[in-house]
Amino acid sequence: MMATKTKETKVAPLTVGSTAAMPTAESGEAKGVVYETKDLNLWYGEHHALKHIHLTIYENKVTAIIGPSGCGKSTYIKTLNRMVELVPNVRIAGHLAYRGRNIFDPSYPVEQLRTQIGMVFQKPNPFPKSIYDNIAYGPRIHGIRNKKVLDEIVEKSLRGAALWDEVKDRLRDHAYGLSGGQQQRLCIARCLAIEPDVILMDEPTSALDPISTLKIEELIQELKKQYSIIIVTHNMQQAARISDKTAFFLNGEVIEYAETSKLFSNPADQRTEDYITGRFG
Amino acid sequence: MGIPTNQEQPFSVREMIVENQRRQHWPKRMEKIAPKLLFTLAALSVLVTLGILFTLLFETIEFFRRVSIVEFVTSKEWLPWNEEHGSFGVAPLVTGTLLTTGIAMLFAVPIGLASAIYLSEYASERTRRIIKPALEVLAGIPTIVYGFFALTIVTPLLQNVIPDLEIFNALSPGLVMGIMIIPMIASLSEDAMSAVPNSIREGALALGATKLEVALKVVLPAAASGVIASVILGISRAVGETMIVAVAGGSSPEFTFDVTKSIQTLTAYIVQVTTGDAGYGTTIYYSIYAVGMTLFLFTLVMNVLAQYISRRFREEY
Amino acid sequence: MDKLLVSKRMKGRLVQNAILQAIFFFATVLGLIALMLLLSHVVMQAIGWLDGDFLNNFPSRRPEEAGMKSGLIGSLWLMMIVAPVSFILGVGTAIYLEEYALKNRFTAFIQTNISNLTGVPSIVFGLLGLTIFVRELGLGRSVLAAGLTMSLLVFPVIVVAAQEAIRAVPQQLREASYAMGATKWQTICRVVLPAALPGMLTGAILALSRAVGETAPLVVLGIPTFIAYLPSGVLDTFTVMPLQIYNWTGRPQEEFQHVAAAGIVVLLGFLIMMNSVAVLIRNKFQKRF
Repeated sequence: MMATKTKETKVAPLTVGSTAAMPTAESGEAKGVVYETKDLNLWYGEHHALKHIHLTIYENKVTAIIGPSGCGKSTYIKTLNRMVELVPNVRIAGHLAYRGRNIFDPSYPVEQLRTQIGMVFQKPNPFPKSIYDNIAYGPRIHGIRNKKVLDEIVEKSLRGAALWDEVKDRLRDHAYGLSGGQQQRLCIARCLAIEPDVILMDEPTSALDPISTLKIEELIQELKKQYSIIIVTHNMQQAARISDKTAFFLNGEVIEYAETSKLFSNPADQRTEDYITGRFG
Repeated sequence: MGIPTNQEQPFSVREMIVENQRRQHWPKRMEKIAPKLLFTLAALSVLVTLGILFTLLFETIEFFRRVSIVEFVTSKEWLPWNEEHGSFGVAPLVTGTLLTTGIAMLFAVPIGLASAIYLSEYASERTRRIIKPALEVLAGIPTIVYGFFALTIVTPLLQNVIPDLEIFNALSPGLVMGIMIIPMIASLSEDAMSAVPNSIREGALALGATKLEVALKVVLPAAASGVIASVILGISRAVGETMIVAVAGGSSPEFTFDVTKSIQTLTAYIVQVTTGDAGYGTTIYYSIYAVGMTLFLFTLVMNVLAQYISRRFREEY
Repeated sequence: MDKLLVSKRMKGRLVQNAILQAIFFFATVLGLIALMLLLSHVVMQAIGWLDGDFLNNFPSRRPEEAGMKSGLIGSLWLMMIVAPVSFILGVGTAIYLEEYALKNRFTAFIQTNISNLTGVPSIVFGLLGLTIFVRELGLGRSVLAAGLTMSLLVFPVIVVAAQEAIRAVPQQLREASYAMGATKWQTICRVVLPAALPGMLTGAILALSRAVGETAPLVVLGIPTFIAYLPSGVLDTFTVMPLQIYNWTGRPQEEFQHVAAAGIVVLLGFLIMMNSVAVLIRNKFQKRF
């Protein structure tokens, strides 16, 4: 199942919650598996950025991806919702299935894929609109216009992102008036608004102060009850604190993928140990 | 996956989205139409250029059916209204244009460069923030207003100094055109000078050079291509300028280099014919296209040259 | 090394620096001073001539009765054509170039072509308009023919401004939108354009004020300078403020100089109002991203 150099492959597929209501589910889908990556390769022009990636990501877990800069961890997470294709001269080969369906299948509209995959970026990037309009953006582009429905979505999403109490009296204010940490939670709320299945987080706290970071980390713990979360982080302590499973990337390869506690306490690969003990990176 | 919420909620957003994605075709259709529509708009700009080119070309060809191209290029007489001794030598219009342009540039280049040096090397950020928009105001004044200045204010003033100055002359519109072009040269040159990295300046200052020496011996040469391009664009602008010369330059196409005399520029001739309403289809009517073509080619060459220089000789810092 | 000589020369160099700095500064403000003197002269000339009647009267052969009503209204009619046509043309081209165009030679060609168009003398656009709109399409010397000609003249200004505004929209905003499952067109309409709108509007107003102040192309089109009625549709003949000023400037009677000066004050006041709106828009939306 996993092409890591460890023999640690026995992670029982979890079946928390149900896997119904996914319109694209195909037969042969493993229970509790969100992403199945097999021999995935990616090139930026001539640069081979992802090399033979094999990785399986499970439902209702926080999966952390760590590694030094330039190791391909950001590239991998952006491949999961095909955002990486916005970069010119990208070439991708290999198999990557979301809920059993090949995401590169031409008959699988990329918009439909992304509707189910939320993404939170490195720098908070709210739209230059009001708080309300930021949250309502997703539902609106997907054709939800009913005012009452939108109001409810906005409140629910903001509550879900632990931001409601701070902003409920100023929903019509411009989002840029919020602090950096609040903006990032707004961005999380924005992606909750379309009820995604998976949330991708690309170093979501790297631009934030420690207190805001703590809030986001607590939020992630809360969110994992309902969502599958994949988080890229350059902060090993963060990965150790919040994730259930951790993958260590180096030079575009997956060096090790294991339970977080296992990977940090007893890494199977020397390079993993060198990295987590701070010998490089 | 159920509805991932810990709250009571009467609907599922995800189901609504799935339903909408299945139902709505309009966004998908727009997705295909929009790029084509926008491409058409963008291609229209090419059509405008082609339109200008072909309009001028066809009517100019018609003109050269009636008047020999040799006469147009070599004759020194421009007498379109003379029934018996009509002559269509473009030279007097060209000299008229070159006279006013030359005067304008003599005035605008040193002042524009001095402003650029001041703004880029001496002025504080605050001063620059005030002066730059103020200079833009100069460029935003309609040219007819400059024409009025030239005819009713500058010419009488100059007549006090030069008694022989005719009411219509090349000097006064040239000077006023210079004022109009200063901001163009100043702002483009300033851009080029500001692009020179500070490390180069600091290197020279550390050797004990004064700001002046740095400006003239280091920054100006480093920004030369941009400065030259700005001057060429200034010339092109002066050549194509119409209302100032039409109002204050006169309508006597003489082959002369005397700046005190009434002259006529290429542009002023077109204005004279079109306001006089020469009948459609007459030789005079077609002559404005030949003159327009001359003008168009001249400014096109200048613009391409300016682009070439600023691209080809762009310093790599 | 003779230290005395060096320090002597140093003094000279510093004096030279100070003198030239003063000269450079003077050169910088020279144009502004000249403009101020000329403008104050014009205002003095206009005093006594610029009153309510001047704005309300049609042109007249008698300078005391001459007014700018037809030009003022005519300029507004012109704007009604130029504003939408040049905005759609300019913004559409800019969106195509920034968001859709591939980085190939054809795109580079369009881009070069647009910057060349900004360098074509306005009078040449007049010749284009005369041939195509006035004669070939048979629009005559109408508001429509003049408006279309002016639109072609000024839309490159909007293209350049709109491109800058679109480029200034951070890529992260587009990414955020795509990541929500938005399509490209949705992203452009709902994220990029609203964020770029202030910059585009500023450019559009600058372009529009250029169109309002232009004279030469309209002269070539044969738009009359002396009209004593208002247009009632876009196919009617009309006149604009700069043409009236041109007409008055060219008259031999001394009094018409005053009329022209009054006209200039009105025209400049009109332009200042337009540009103030542009500045207001710019300031209101300045800090954004």
